[in-house]
Amino acid sequence: MSTLHVLPSTFKVGLSRTKLEVKEFFREREQLIFTFFFPIVFLAIFSAVFGGTTFGGGVTAATYFTPGMIASGIFLSSFQSLSISIAIERDQDVLKRLRGTPMSPQSYFAGKIGLVLTTSIMQFALLLLVAGLLLDVTIPTEPEKWLRFVWIFILGTASGSVLGIAFSVVPKSGKAASAVVTPVVLLLQFMSGVYFVYSDLPGWMQSIASVFPLKWLAQGMRSVFLPDDFRFTEPGGTWQLGTGAIVLSLWLVVGLVIAQRVFRWTRRDAG
Amino acid sequence: METDKAVRVRGLVKRYPDKVAVAGVDLDINRGEVFALLGPNGAGKTTTVEILEGYRHADEGQIDVLGSDPARGDRQWRARIGIVAQSSRDEAELTVAELVHHFAGYYPSPRDPEEVIAAVGLEEKRKTRTRKLSGGQRRRLDVALGVIGNPELLFLDEPTTGFDPEARRQFWTLIRNLRTEGTTILLTTHYLDEAEELADRVGVIADGKMIEVATPDTLGGRGARTARVSWLAADGLQEIRTDTPTAEVTRLLAQYGGEVPELQVRRPSLEDVYLELIGKASVAGAELEGAVR
Repeated sequence: MSTLHVLPSTFKVGLSRTKLEVKEFFREREQLIFTFFFPIVFLAIFSAVFGGTTFGGGVTAATYFTPGMIASGIFLSSFQSLSISIAIERDQDVLKRLRGTPMSPQSYFAGKIGLVLTTSIMQFALLLLVAGLLLDVTIPTEPEKWLRFVWIFILGTASGSVLGIAFSVVPKSGKAASAVVTPVVLLLQFMSGVYFVYSDLPGWMQSIASVFPLKWLAQGMRSVFLPDDFRFTEPGGTWQLGTGAIVLSLWLVVGLVIAQRVFRWTRRDAG
Repeated sequence: METDKAVRVRGLVKRYPDKVAVAGVDLDINRGEVFALLGPNGAGKTTTVEILEGYRHADEGQIDVLGSDPARGDRQWRARIGIVAQSSRDEAELTVAELVHHFAGYYPSPRDPEEVIAAVGLEEKRKTRTRKLSGGQRRRLDVALGVIGNPELLFLDEPTTGFDPEARRQFWTLIRNLRTEGTTILLTTHYLDEAEELADRVGVIADGKMIEVATPDTLGGRGARTARVSWLAADGLQEIRTDTPTAEVTRLLAQYGGEVPELQVRRPSLEDVYLELIGKASVAGAELEGAVR
């Protein structure tokens, strides 16, 4: 063996990958519009359209839709962002090139987690700022609500991320990635009560939505940002936080297992 | 085990569902040498190279690359090789300098990123996003990312496809410099002049088999590069092979007592030799298939 050189640590390379990922994210117009600003723009549109409607207890349209948009933002920044970007990276042989270097796979995934955390926290902060300052949304101040927010946020980003990594193998090419991923996300948003009042949706739609994580993410966020009395408008009359935690954790585990099995560094046609 | 061989392959076989891509290839590449692998499309070149790089796994055979089996190559092993793969299509929003500096961070003892950028001639494009690079410039960025880790063994898969003649000459200088510094290089190319210019030895693959390995000037065996003298005689075009073309031309001059019609003295290029080899291989393959049927 010739001189043994010390490889850069997985952590250090992971940090450097995070920086690179974030830099690239904010330079990509499509990601910026359809992942980062999408929920903020929709919140503004919704509060303008439903400006006259009140939802009881002095809750305005802006306040009512804020938790849905926050949940939706988390899902976009994790699931949509990763599944599209990884599908493109695989198709354009970016992953193949990385695989040929001594970069460890853990560093690559650390970079993706870093990207999701950075963008979703920034998106949430901006959403909160717009809601609080421009749309007059009441922001909760109770510590226990923020504690609740933290675990829902973490479970949401984590499960969205692993599912996004797994789903990145579905689009057959990089070009098809947006076209395959976006409708899935859009459908889930409609069924999960992001754009509508969830309890107004038909029962069968509620049943389908409650299989998927976004519904629980949105419900959890409503429990943080809406007055406590609003739990009576939920199915069963409670926020169902326990069930939500279980469903999100299940998706996290299932996503992790699937992602590990299906993730590949080369294109499908690469043999 | 470390030897004087950078690559040692015995009996490499790779099967795909619809065909046998590599049918028993042996290959030795010495440390510090530039080895060019030639062969038509679909001959098994890329499959062979991708097995040596660790991207694909062989079905049979002993493979040793820098003392390890590539299928079990770890990060330490990958730090010692450099790969410039055939296709590169990434349209990143990152600049040349950002990418080269970032990739340097993967390696234990990388080259200086700015020197590498200069060596591939991309200084003026340092701050250009890869999306905006031309095909040739992007290829040079690929080379920069392939050599940034200061590899002992560099794989170059058709590196100059899409280059203009001047860029190709610059690229050749870069490769010669790497060789002078002791880098072992495995090059696959469609350009025979490139192989002739750069390679210490060439190997020709056809139908998944290595049909010949030799130095560029001895490929095809004795006589392959012998001069051809041809002219138009009364009964049609004549061609003779000779080691003494000048004597032959003098003889013809005396015979015709002036201009010899359509006189040509030609030394077969590596390309001529190669095409003849490939031609023989495909004829032999066809005969074999016929015999089996």
